[in-house]
Amino acid sequence: MRAKNGKVSTRAVIDRQDFQQLFDHLSAQGYQLVGPRLRDNAIVYDELSAVTDLPIGYVDEQEKGSYRLTKTAQPTLFGYGLGPQSWKKYLFPPVVRLWQAQRHNGGFDVIPEDHEPRLLALIGVRPCELKAIAIQDRVFMGGAYADPIYQAQREQLFIVAVNCGKAGATCFCTSMDAGPRAASGYDLALTEILEANRHIFLVDAGSEKGEAVLRTIPQRPATDLDIAAGERIIAQTAEQMGRVLDTNRIKEMLYANYEHARWDQVAARCLMCGNCTQVCPTCFCTTVEDVTDLSAATAERRRVWDTCFSLDFSYIVGGSVRASPKARYRQWMMHKLATWIDQFGSSGCVGCGRCITWCPVGIDITEEARAIRSDSEDKRFTPATGGRKHEHA
Amino acid sequence: MTAVMQARLPAPARLRDPMLPSLYRLERLQWDTRDTFSMDLLPQNGADMPAFKPGQFNMVYVYGVGEIPISISGDPGRRDVLIHTTRAVGTVTRAMSEMKVGDTLGIRGPFGTAWPVDAVRKHDVVIIAGGIGLAPLRPAMYRILATREHFGRVVLLYGARTPGDVLYRRELKQWRSEFDLDVFVTVDRATGSWRGSVGLVTQLIGRAPFDPLNTVAMVCGPEVMMRFTTLELEKRGIDRNNIYISFERNMKCGVGLCGHCQFGSVFVCKEGPVLRYSQMQHLLSKWEI
Ligand SMILES: Cc1cc2nc3c(=O)[nH]c(=O)nc-3n(C[C@H](O)[C@H](O)[C@H](O)COP(=O)(O)OP(=O)(O)OC[C@H]3O[C@@H](n4cnc5c(N)ncnc54)[C@H](O)[C@@H]3O)c2cc1C
Ligand code: SF4
Ligand code: SF4
Ligand code: FES
Repeated sequence: MRAKNGKVSTRAVIDRQDFQQLFDHLSAQGYQLVGPRLRDNAIVYDELSAVTDLPIGYVDEQEKGSYRLTKTAQPTLFGYGLGPQSWKKYLFPPVVRLWQAQRHNGGFDVIPEDHEPRLLALIGVRPCELKAIAIQDRVFMGGAYADPIYQAQREQLFIVAVNCGKAGATCFCTSMDAGPRAASGYDLALTEILEANRHIFLVDAGSEKGEAVLRTIPQRPATDLDIAAGERIIAQTAEQMGRVLDTNRIKEMLYANYEHARWDQVAARCLMCGNCTQVCPTCFCTTVEDVTDLSAATAERRRVWDTCFSLDFSYIVGGSVRASPKARYRQWMMHKLATWIDQFGSSGCVGCGRCITWCPVGIDITEEARAIRSDSEDKRFTPATGGRKHEHA
Repeated sequence: MTAVMQARLPAPARLRDPMLPSLYRLERLQWDTRDTFSMDLLPQNGADMPAFKPGQFNMVYVYGVGEIPISISGDPGRRDVLIHTTRAVGTVTRAMSEMKVGDTLGIRGPFGTAWPVDAVRKHDVVIIAGGIGLAPLRPAMYRILATREHFGRVVLLYGARTPGDVLYRRELKQWRSEFDLDVFVTVDRATGSWRGSVGLVTQLIGRAPFDPLNTVAMVCGPEVMMRFTTLELEKRGIDRNNIYISFERNMKCGVGLCGHCQFGSVFVCKEGPVLRYSQMQHLLSKWEI
């Protein structure tokens, strides 16, 4: 495995025992550290103060509709995969007040909200999540109107990525060209190497900010052997990918199958709960809530995460546009894998597998796409050999 | 050369939060029909009123109740008043209808695409409206009539439920008498002294006086009406590229950020509401997209 440009740029090594200094240094610069922590039998993202806050030694097992954590004797800091949450909760909070209004005789005034962004250091961002952030960058900042909350917070991040040392059973980032190596969009990228006699992190600086931080903590240049060890880990992870999605002309394939019988079948199983849209790191839909206090002297407008699985989502006078469950499931999958490409120039899916793991009835986007392709009304889209797009020859 | 230079220009300065409404004062509320009213609004504190193009819409906020998309129905040539024509159908529209002169409304906009009025000079223009769909088309009428000599034949086909639901009655009469304009109004159900036609607006298309090979059509109404109208227009021989439709979808932001208005890959709030039929035809032939 080589980096995209063929250049191996991994450069430094930090020892495990010096790793806390990265945290200390970022804290001293004013960053609030956030990253994986154990809560209620799942790994979530929350504030961190020390390396020991990380779920050390934990590994997860994920499958359709199931997630299980186990504690091992291994001292790995990043031995687990993705939890239900993604980083979007920091850039694109689930609930925000947009503004308040204050009534006075007949009229009202609007009081803008001061969305002070925080200096945040995101610790342990996986490659697929870096890609998800890049995708949301286009959604929230790429058009004529930008989301000022997202934009302000986006400028205040320090991103410490972690290349994946193990692929989950629901992962398919290789299919989506999103991992298991961090390609861009990070300040520092780590590969955790745990061998019989050493526990180190290969570090690659992806920005000037990252380089400056790296210079201030104890490190040594990486040797060819260190680099080779890191490469082996990433290559192994790519080989372990739990799932595959054939992305060959996937947009055209799906556009040719709006009326496929599979949509009815999957809709019959789907609970329309919207879990998949909540856990998905790229889903960006919101609705607004207008509320007043009891005396109606003040009102406020909130923006909250929404889901295209609800009837309200497409409601217009006369009824919802997507009234049937089939139409709503189809909207979700079509958007992730097809219309997104027309809208934003890339897939809306990074292959993180969350929607598969957290679906209460175990619906699997890769399986649905495969079923439609294998029985496409248009035979140009029947699968090629095995359907794995990103073979690393 | 220019294209290259434009591509290098920096992104427009984003000074204003697109979700923050400007405040407008209700100057006049007038009932056009038993369920539809027009509002005259002026910016509060003498603030500037942004220019708009025919077909664009605003997000209209009623204190504590909610915010909805409403097309601008006034004359784009006038900068002294903002006019919205609204049918009271639910929570927000009813709250709007109960407002008193002097009350405050929040306005964000104008947003969205416009009827291609200036681009279609020299053509025949056929404007087809159903119900409240006449409201977003009225600014296009004003614009065309202001420079009437630049257009070929101009035809307005308008369908309402009953004679009492016919919008802008006085204005229709006035346009008919003052301008070279063919106006055909039809109702679903005749009542009282109605002497005009009865039936669907689509039935008027066959005999309307325009040259299909040189005609641009602008259509707004309920989606079913628009589906049938476009089929009829095609039957008359109008090119799909010359048919424009204004779509309606649920909208929470109006600026391409909330996802609600998606229609296939189209964000109706930013790529629409006015879209070419040729771009949307493949979706209109399907249901529940
Ligand atoms: C681009 C555009 C332009 C429009 N122009 C006009 C106009 O000029 N005059 C007019 O009378 N109506 C217009 N409408 C329709 C108008 O927005 C709805 O009638 C209005 O949203 C209904 O809100 P309500 O709260 O009264 O109804 P409820 O039935 O109580 O609706 C609840 C919520 O559903 C959503 N909703 C319901 N119906 C629609 C709808 N048809 N379109 C979008 N969202 C909806 C809104 O968020 C609304 O707050 C337009 C719609 C769009 C998309
Ligand atoms: S669609 Fe599923 S696999 Fe793809 S990015 Fe979203 S949650 Fe992850
Ligand atoms: S439309 Fe559905 S799938 Fe697309 S971003 Fe919104 S919630 Fe996610
Ligand atoms: S209305 Fe929000 S994206 Fe179009």
